[in-house]
Amino acid sequence: MQQTVDIESIIDHYPGVQESMVFILQDIQEAFGYISLENMQAACDHVGVPLTHAYSMATFYKSFRLEPVGEHEIHVCLGTACHLKGGPRIVDELERRLNVHAGATTEDMRYTLETVNCLGACALAPVVVVDKEYVPKVTAKKIQKTLKTITDNE
Amino acid sequence: MGIANLAEKIDAKRLESSDDLVQLRREIQMRQDPNQVQIVVCHGTGCLVSGSPAVTRAFKKVLGETDIEAKVMPGVKTTGCQGFCSRGPLVTIMPQGIFYERVSPKDVEDIVEQTVKNGKPVERLLYKDVNTGEPLQTMDEIPFYNLQTRNVLKNIGTIDPTDIYDYIAVGGYQALAKALTTMTPEQVLEEVEKSGIRGRGGAGFPAGRKWRGAVQAKERKNQPLYVVVNGDEGDPGAFMDGSVMEGDPHAVLEGLILGAYAMGSEKGYMYVRAEYPLAIQHLEMAMAAARELGLLGDNILNTGFCFDAQINRGAGAFVCGESTALFTSIEGKAGEPRPKYVRSVEEGLWGCPTVLNNVETWANIPKIIDKGAEWYASIGSPNNTGTKVFSLVGKVNNVGLVEVPLGTSLSTIIEDIGGGIPGGGEFKAVQTGGPSGGCIPYKHKDAPVDYDSLTKLGSMMGSGGMIVMDKRDCVVDVARYFLKFLEEESCGKCNPCRLGLTRMREILDDFSKGCGSEQDIEDLMSLATSIQDGALCALGTSAPNPVLTTLHFFKDEYLAHIKDQKCPAGVCKDLITYSIDPDACTGCGACAKQCPNNAITGEKKEPHTIDTDACIRCGICEETCKFNAVLVS
Ligand SMILES: Cc1cc2nc3c(=O)[nH]c(=O)nc-3n(C[C@H](O)[C@H](O)[C@H](O)COP(=O)(O)O)c2cc1C
Ligand code: SF4
Ligand code: FES
Ligand code: FES
Repeated sequence: MQQTVDIESIIDHYPGVQESMVFILQDIQEAFGYISLENMQAACDHVGVPLTHAYSMATFYKSFRLEPVGEHEIHVCLGTACHLKGGPRIVDELERRLNVHAGATTEDMRYTLETVNCLGACALAPVVVVDKEYVPKVTAKKIQKTLKTITDNE
Repeated sequence: MGIANLAEKIDAKRLESSDDLVQLRREIQMRQDPNQVQIVVCHGTGCLVSGSPAVTRAFKKVLGETDIEAKVMPGVKTTGCQGFCSRGPLVTIMPQGIFYERVSPKDVEDIVEQTVKNGKPVERLLYKDVNTGEPLQTMDEIPFYNLQTRNVLKNIGTIDPTDIYDYIAVGGYQALAKALTTMTPEQVLEEVEKSGIRGRGGAGFPAGRKWRGAVQAKERKNQPLYVVVNGDEGDPGAFMDGSVMEGDPHAVLEGLILGAYAMGSEKGYMYVRAEYPLAIQHLEMAMAAARELGLLGDNILNTGFCFDAQINRGAGAFVCGESTALFTSIEGKAGEPRPKYVRSVEEGLWGCPTVLNNVETWANIPKIIDKGAEWYASIGSPNNTGTKVFSLVGKVNNVGLVEVPLGTSLSTIIEDIGGGIPGGGEFKAVQTGGPSGGCIPYKHKDAPVDYDSLTKLGSMMGSGGMIVMDKRDCVVDVARYFLKFLEEESCGKCNPCRLGLTRMREILDDFSKGCGSEQDIEDLMSLATSIQDGALCALGTSAPNPVLTTLHFFKDEYLAHIKDQKCPAGVCKDLITYSIDPDACTGCGACAKQCPNNAITGEKKEPHTIDTDACIRCGICEETCKFNAVLVS
């Protein structure tokens, strides 16, 4: 669903008041996968605040990104339940396999590895979300399979 | 079933009076045949993840292909989280209430054939009693459910959260109609005060007192008053608020409207965590449906009362659960807390009087108004009235949502309802209150769970997270985990929190590597005190709690790390060694195949060995071995 909307239609959807800022940034993030400088500027012009304002928000809230994401997004839950049941081990394993640090994107722009805090499915800990698909009770073996499915499907 | 479907069945029109609502409820109830077979599939987040959508699809397909008379065709209903997520996907067949666990699409034919058509249970899918192994047929027979007092959770798992008619059928919006037509705002407020309900999201401040303060401020300052739902649920590892919003969104909304009526508010906000897309969707549907029926918006139930609400999605910041930060975030800024010289009931959103309550607090309000303050106050114990929902997770057999009267003991919750820990024995400790709470050891298992008792133990109620730990969980690691979480989530506005937490975490990092001294423990304590005294908001002031409680109750375990360079629980990577028990190892080779560093060798069918130097202690072999042959020391 990325890149299907233009920035004007996102912005014009909201009144030009500061209160709209979070909504606009969220929609930009959703539509483009990240918030580019141009889009940030457009949002600020609409709302009537300096660029620094949007920048401070985009860096304060974790769900906003300033860089484009990889083709596939992998989120490993590190909420307490998942931490106790081996979440960190899964992060380590993915960092090794994909050769990327949590919070970053592989050089070939294929994978972005992220950690999150609790997805509300603690009974199935540890949980990983791969391209919006939840993988419950993840093990090192299961994660390899999941990665393989991604490659196979291409 | 969505609104569109229902509109065809029942003529949906604006309700103009409380009689209209009663009439509508009768109509819905008349159309619901109590003897009709209903297949209820849990579509809470947990069961969705474990595969319930495929089960629902399978039911629709199999039923479509089966020759059942249209008249007696079973309905398939999807609900919010039924609480027993570790057993999902859950399916219940009504009206008998036959309860099936871990249902997969391939079980569906048997269920339709045996249960739906012939009323007989499919034994292999029934829950088995942990002690006797005896299969139990209905929820009421299962200790996990029958030891609870489900009040807030009552509708969740029985109603379709996307269907306002389902909510109305079980008495939804009855409290609102009662309040608007037979009670003055003052009477509603008094009822909430008399119930004694304390806030379910944080410090346990009496809701009635908060409301009263806001009304007084509103009158004095002659400003609008805002009502706000705190659905930020920041505690990582707790999911009760998410489940309530997802599974019974109308209850939260009705509570909010009642609050607005009591306090004379025209505008409300629901601040919901972005990680809960389903909760957001269900709340949106609930608001749209309520507006259509005239239960939200202008001239509600034709009484002249106007109130509307909107949803604000969080953007991923734990600190935004804090009241002033949450307001700043709604105002469209980075959510930094501000000093509370002036209470937010006086100066909240845009400087106006504002009442912020937790999801569960709001969801209780319709029940209080409907059944009365006396009924509510009779549950629980004095000063700790009502029930509380806990999210019971970690090393416990029955992971899920548990609702009990305040004052229920930890052991009832963990051992009787939770079924104890996997493998049996005593639990080691339980963390209540999330990152701001504390770690309570087994020896206090009989402590009543209420606001005051938990505070006395150095922990707190928080919003109801309960994380059970066993002997394979290291308290140093857990304390470090929470500190790291808070360090990352600290907004950085004040020094004690920004610098202090980092320093505390560094000391714990050292401990986990076997470095450190008893002097460091002293330093930890003194840092903790400075942060408690000096931080601006409760994120900072409560952050040292996990460290302080673990130091208090588990000092030996800390000393083992720094004096003996040992992690007794076998968690801290730098202090453990993996080896293989030659007697247990079957030589299957599964671990060797998984080891990322090729540290495991051995002949097929012969015991394998781990090369300690090559081992990077990732723990994958332990996770992989089916014979428990991998040892940690
Ligand atoms: C850092 C921090 C995070 C918080 N997170 C939440 C939260 O996620 N949900 C919540 O209801 N309260 C949270 N609180 C407590 C709120 O500030 C506030 O006390 C509460 O929402 C009031 O509602 P109640 O009186 O109904 O409990 C948090 C407090 C702090 C300091
Ligand atoms: S205590 Fe921490 S989170 Fe709270 S205002 Fe200070 S720096 Fe920010
Ligand atoms: S802690 Fe991972 S889903 Fe809750
Ligand atoms: S999600 Fe089904 S029981 Fe919790």
